[in-house]
Amino acid sequence: MTVDMSQFYEVFFDEAEELLAEAERLLLGIDMDNPDVEDLNAVFRAAHSIKGGAATFGFMDMAEITHVLENLLDKIRKNEMKLTAEHVDAFLAAKDVLAMELDGHRNASPVDQDQVSDVKMILKSLSEASGTIIAPIAAVVEAPAPVVEAAPAPVAVAAPLPDGITLFNVALPIITEKDLSNLKDELALLGEVTAQQQADGRYVILLQTDSSQDDIVSICSFILDPDDLVITVSAPVAAAVAVNAEPATVAAAPAPVEAANEAKDDGKVKIVEEVGYGLFAEDGKESVEEGYGFFAPFQAHPDAVKTNLVGDDTKLTEANSGVVETLEVNKTVAAAATVEVDKRQHNRRESDKVQANAETTSIRVGVEKVDQLINLVGELVITQAMIEQRVNALDPVQHEALINSVSQLTRNTRDLQESVMSIRMMPMDFVFSRFPRMVRDLAGKLNKKVEFVTKGATTELDKGLIERIVDPLTHLVRNSVDHGIETPDKRRAAGKPEVGVLTLSAAHKGGSIVIEVTDDGGGLNRDRILAKAASNGLPVSENMSDSDVFSLIFAPGFSTAEVVTDVSGRGVGMDVVKRNISAMGGVVEIRSALGFGTTISIALPLTLAILDGMSVSLGKSIYVVPLNLIVETLQPRAEDIKTVTGEGFMVHVRGEYLPIVALHRLFNHPTDITDPTKGVLVLIEADGKKSALFVDRLVGQQQVVIKSLETNFKKISGVSGATIMGDGSVALILDVPAIIQMGQTTNYVTGAMAFSNHNVPTLSNPANA
Amino acid sequence: MNMNTETATNSSSNSVSSAAGEYLTFVLGAEEYGLEILKVQEIRGYDAVTPIANTPEFIKGVVNLRGKIVPIVDLRIKFNLGKVNYDEFTVVIILNLSGRIVGIVVDGVSDVMALKEDQLREVPSLVTSIDTKYIVGLATVEQQMLILVDIERLMSSQEMELMDAVVH
Repeated sequence: MTVDMSQFYEVFFDEAEELLAEAERLLLGIDMDNPDVEDLNAVFRAAHSIKGGAATFGFMDMAEITHVLENLLDKIRKNEMKLTAEHVDAFLAAKDVLAMELDGHRNASPVDQDQVSDVKMILKSLSEASGTIIAPIAAVVEAPAPVVEAAPAPVAVAAPLPDGITLFNVALPIITEKDLSNLKDELALLGEVTAQQQADGRYVILLQTDSSQDDIVSICSFILDPDDLVITVSAPVAAAVAVNAEPATVAAAPAPVEAANEAKDDGKVKIVEEVGYGLFAEDGKESVEEGYGFFAPFQAHPDAVKTNLVGDDTKLTEANSGVVETLEVNKTVAAAATVEVDKRQHNRRESDKVQANAETTSIRVGVEKVDQLINLVGELVITQAMIEQRVNALDPVQHEALINSVSQLTRNTRDLQESVMSIRMMPMDFVFSRFPRMVRDLAGKLNKKVEFVTKGATTELDKGLIERIVDPLTHLVRNSVDHGIETPDKRRAAGKPEVGVLTLSAAHKGGSIVIEVTDDGGGLNRDRILAKAASNGLPVSENMSDSDVFSLIFAPGFSTAEVVTDVSGRGVGMDVVKRNISAMGGVVEIRSALGFGTTISIALPLTLAILDGMSVSLGKSIYVVPLNLIVETLQPRAEDIKTVTGEGFMVHVRGEYLPIVALHRLFNHPTDITDPTKGVLVLIEADGKKSALFVDRLVGQQQVVIKSLETNFKKISGVSGATIMGDGSVALILDVPAIIQMGQTTNYVTGAMAFSNHNVPTLSNPANA
Repeated sequence: MNMNTETATNSSSNSVSSAAGEYLTFVLGAEEYGLEILKVQEIRGYDAVTPIANTPEFIKGVVNLRGKIVPIVDLRIKFNLGKVNYDEFTVVIILNLSGRIVGIVVDGVSDVMALKEDQLREVPSLVTSIDTKYIVGLATVEQQMLILVDIERLMSSQEMELMDAVVH
């Protein structure tokens, strides 16, 4: 029987998705002129992992693309090719194709084969158009290091290095013979090894290998502390220059150096290496033998070399100075260069460490397991609260030890709950990271210049919310680029910088997280929105407040864009944005100034699992009101209670008249307190509407774990969920927006009926289900 | 057996063969009922329930069952059987119906019985407060009639108002 591979597909899909996202992030952040080798390696690794996975699971199309991609990347990371904008674009296109193919396998969505073959062709042609060599630059810069650190091995100098092979000088601390031989054996696995003893008794190992420096470090770290190692790269050109610096062949020296200079200047295809090799071919043979004699005494000839070179033009001297001066061990320039090389290598090691840590310290766990854990901890908290309650009833003197233990338990439980809750929290970066690419592409498509800025990407949000915020945010960002930010011409005409700024920010404010999409574009045109709304038949008036007018763009089918583009403008979407955010318990707000830009602000609850609530009592029951929706609570005076036509109770609070919604009537719940002046009014606000909720008493403020009523039961109007109180009983959490609406739509507030003592017939079912 | 006509229209997983099996019998008023034992999660006493607004009287409310919010239905009220009082002898049968957990209040739990097919009888057409479509069959055990209910179908029916209409 064959193993059913499909059970592992999901893991591969998840992993590939993450890898692609990571690769894209790296590619977008790459510095074209001076690409970080580590980043290139990381992109390469991502491509490689996807290739491996895809081939294993038989997704040959993905494996094919990644294979081509990998080839190209490999050439670039080995400095055989210079990274250009074309490459990055091709990589991004490849990433898109891979993502499309991934979706194809995952959701059976259609795959555009033309696009696939296009990208494949681009990648192939790029990788075949080999040539641009950036090695020489690195070689010239890094050349001094080996010379200063340790005498380079003449053997290595003599032998022209094959493509892709690098010569490493590994300067070792003082170690025992046994360690040395072990180390040599280990390194021999990578390539050709030669060991030389220095005058101070330390060894230098010369290694010709196609492996990276990191591989060497990781092998050495088995035997000695990697921090004690000094690894330097001797590139072929450096060797060539060094050899040619010998008086006998010095005449030939200018050629490679000049070539190197040119290579540095224009970065075009250069044949520096070949020139170097050519020199070796001609002069190398003699120099081999002489080389031994030249380098071993080390300080014997520097002056001679210098004088020889002085005669050359200054450009050469400058370029060569590193090489020349290194021969004089004490020269500060060389020392500085060495320090720099060292530092760079040190940094690289550091970043390696960090990365290694990041890789090993995360584990993939199913969401349901985490949820189960959260539920169980929730139970624990409740049980703990029950114990605490029982213990508090005991005589504190007699049971001191027990009471102490229980308070310890309380602390531990709280800590445990907090850490468990934090498992579900993810940084906003998870969402933000997908936008730079989108903005870049969109701006390119629309011929706009947009600078994308993110703030507060480390702000954490519940995973469930993170996943659901992506779509609305995508829409808002797209809107801002398309409608918000103007074209460079218009911007210039308006006296603004050509490059528009789009800011995406996230921050904690109170009990919620506020995500804002800000652009410095044209802003919303109040008059146009009003006119459009009027023509759409929406009830509008000139006197509406700005925020009310701007909220109109959330109405279905509303778009003020003059031109419908393929990006946006069809008027579908803003209403969906609003609906999605409301469904998450969030609020959208628009601030805008014509000519200065627009900010769309989304306030979301931190998590869907826990709620800061105010417990209120009604008769014998307890209800929980979400704290963030409470404006204030008050006990009204009789003269503050007003009626209209003898019906409709209202309370007069600081100049505002708010309808009173009596919970006991709404829920048909028996209670002794039916007079608002004897109970408490909780001012609640949602969707910009306020009401005064009339309950018996306030009980207290506490965090509650939200439990769905729908799991085993059904949705109850006016109730958003339930929670378990400290004594194990169930309390219902009020759905404030629904209650405000119920208060308005059920004609319930008919005062005389509501507050008289005779029974009202059962309330008509409110419209909002 | 003559169960065929009945079970053919029965959309739940109960088929002819499984009509025979083990049943938990319980008392409602003067009548004895049986429900498939595999649907029963546990039996517990009646605890304080949290009433829920604007629901029918037979839905007593919800309780905390080890962290789960579980609705409690009083079948005695639903079917107008027996006198409804809640004391330490009131029994709640916690049912697990395809993952949904529901508690039903009954007058008492009597026994677990293995019923063979030859003990089962067809349900005559009757007009009762419980629709005969929720009755799988009748059984005779020691001269006493046992009413076998398809509890899952009953509980997920619209008239129980335990689930959102769409779920039905």
